[in-house]
Amino acid sequence: MKKIEAIIRPEKLDAVKDALVSIGILGMTMTHVSGRGRQKGIALQWRAGEYRVDFLPKVKIEIVLADEDCQGALDTICDAARTGREGDGMIFVLPVENAIRVRTSDCGEGCMNGK
Amino acid sequence: MNSGDTAWLLTSSALVLLMTPALAFFYGGMVRRKNLLSTIMMSFGILCMVSVLWVLYGYTMAFGPDVKGLVGNLSWFGLAGVGQDPSAVYAVTVPHLAFVAFQATFAIITVALWTGAVVERIKFGALLAFAALWFTLVYCPIAHWVWGSGGWLAQLGALDFAGGTVVHVNAGVSALALALVLGPRMGFKEGEAMEPNNIPYVVLGAALLWFGWFGFNAGSALTAGGLAANAFVTTNTSAAAAGFIWMILGWIHRRPSVLGAATGAVVGLVAITPAAGYVPVWAAIPIGAIGSLISYYMMVWRSKSSGVDESLDVFACHGMGGTWGALATGIFATTAVNASSSGLIDGNWKQVLIQIAAIAATMAYAFVVSWLLAKALKATMGLRVKEEEESVGLDISQHGENAYGGV
Repeated sequence: MKKIEAIIRPEKLDAVKDALVSIGILGMTMTHVSGRGRQKGIALQWRAGEYRVDFLPKVKIEIVLADEDCQGALDTICDAARTGREGDGMIFVLPVENAIRVRTSDCGEGCMNGK
Repeated sequence: MNSGDTAWLLTSSALVLLMTPALAFFYGGMVRRKNLLSTIMMSFGILCMVSVLWVLYGYTMAFGPDVKGLVGNLSWFGLAGVGQDPSAVYAVTVPHLAFVAFQATFAIITVALWTGAVVERIKFGALLAFAALWFTLVYCPIAHWVWGSGGWLAQLGALDFAGGTVVHVNAGVSALALALVLGPRMGFKEGEAMEPNNIPYVVLGAALLWFGWFGFNAGSALTAGGLAANAFVTTNTSAAAAGFIWMILGWIHRRPSVLGAATGAVVGLVAITPAAGYVPVWAAIPIGAIGSLISYYMMVWRSKSSGVDESLDVFACHGMGGTWGALATGIFATTAVNASSSGLIDGNWKQVLIQIAAIAATMAYAFVVSWLLAKALKATMGLRVKEEEESVGLDISQHGENAYGGV
């Protein structure tokens, strides 16, 4: 099992979610996060003049799925979230030891996305 | 006794009282989220404390029988002899207690105004101690000088319809003195971004201040008649002109900022305050517009070049807006509006000099006494929270609460 952590532009959340659902990945968790990378910060307006904000609002989507489904999901997220400009985000893939569905106590790949 | 005047003055008192919680939101929205409650509490705590001090001894110090033009004596301590019958000298058509209530709301908001300079780092106990001392030794005497029967600036002929010097110059200059003694917030010198946590709160606060200001200025006519109507319309016009100009200034620089427009409207309200019942409506447009320009560039200079963390620019907004307004009163006052007074446009250039004298006296006294009081408190109880408390935020460290708790 793998966990995908995809940090993307907030305005791309719907596009990424719809694309994932269309390939059968229904379960995901999203969090509002702040981050920075090559895009750096932006200048915002203070009462007179401006100030710089280094961390920009992003959305983090977390998905856990079986190993063989991972590559397809990564391609789907990249395609849906890409604008080609700096600030499109990053994706990290981590190994997962176990997963349990709370309602039934089912464990492992049996309770995964797409199963 | 006039029931119309009484109804208007009591209504105005309620309107002005609302301005202090409005100020709490205006300031609260501009600080970081860890200091939102602490900033709100400064205004709210002062509202509670000064209301009580006012009826105990504040009113008699400001408006009681004159002592050498400097302060009122204590013969009306605890409002002794101040009751339902009108006063012989103040607002003679309404109950004396209605005038007490109206003036209480001015004392409260003036004390709350300078809190914008010291947000995010002052100890709450030190803030209350400074507020009580400042109310007693700065606000009450200056209110007496300008508005008290026999006050020396009143005798000199200084015009201050609703508090340009007493409220705004006074609070603005004191804010600067206190901020200089207190020192900047952690991270200020390093240029750390101090993001406003809730700009809609700032706009809500500005809108409620604007609403309450009709009581502040039109109520200061002390009668429900033509003069109140004049003050009402000049007030709205100046606020609107100043908000509009500030928006344009922001736009020229970069974007028409919402935070800027709300700030500009408040500066326009400040600038018209001393003038509202002395000047014709057309004069409210230059008064608001020029006030906006002066405050805007003072704020740019303060935040970019001065190195002074007068955090929410009380000096730029109230000190400068009030100074311009007091000066403009001397320029635009005309007997066509208020038979008792004339300014430069009526050919009375001496009024401008009197206004300058009133501004200078207020600035000098308020700055020096505030600075000394701040130094004295710094040396005894200490003014600042500990570094750790400042980085955690004053909501938790001073009040043990979170603005946004729960899930």
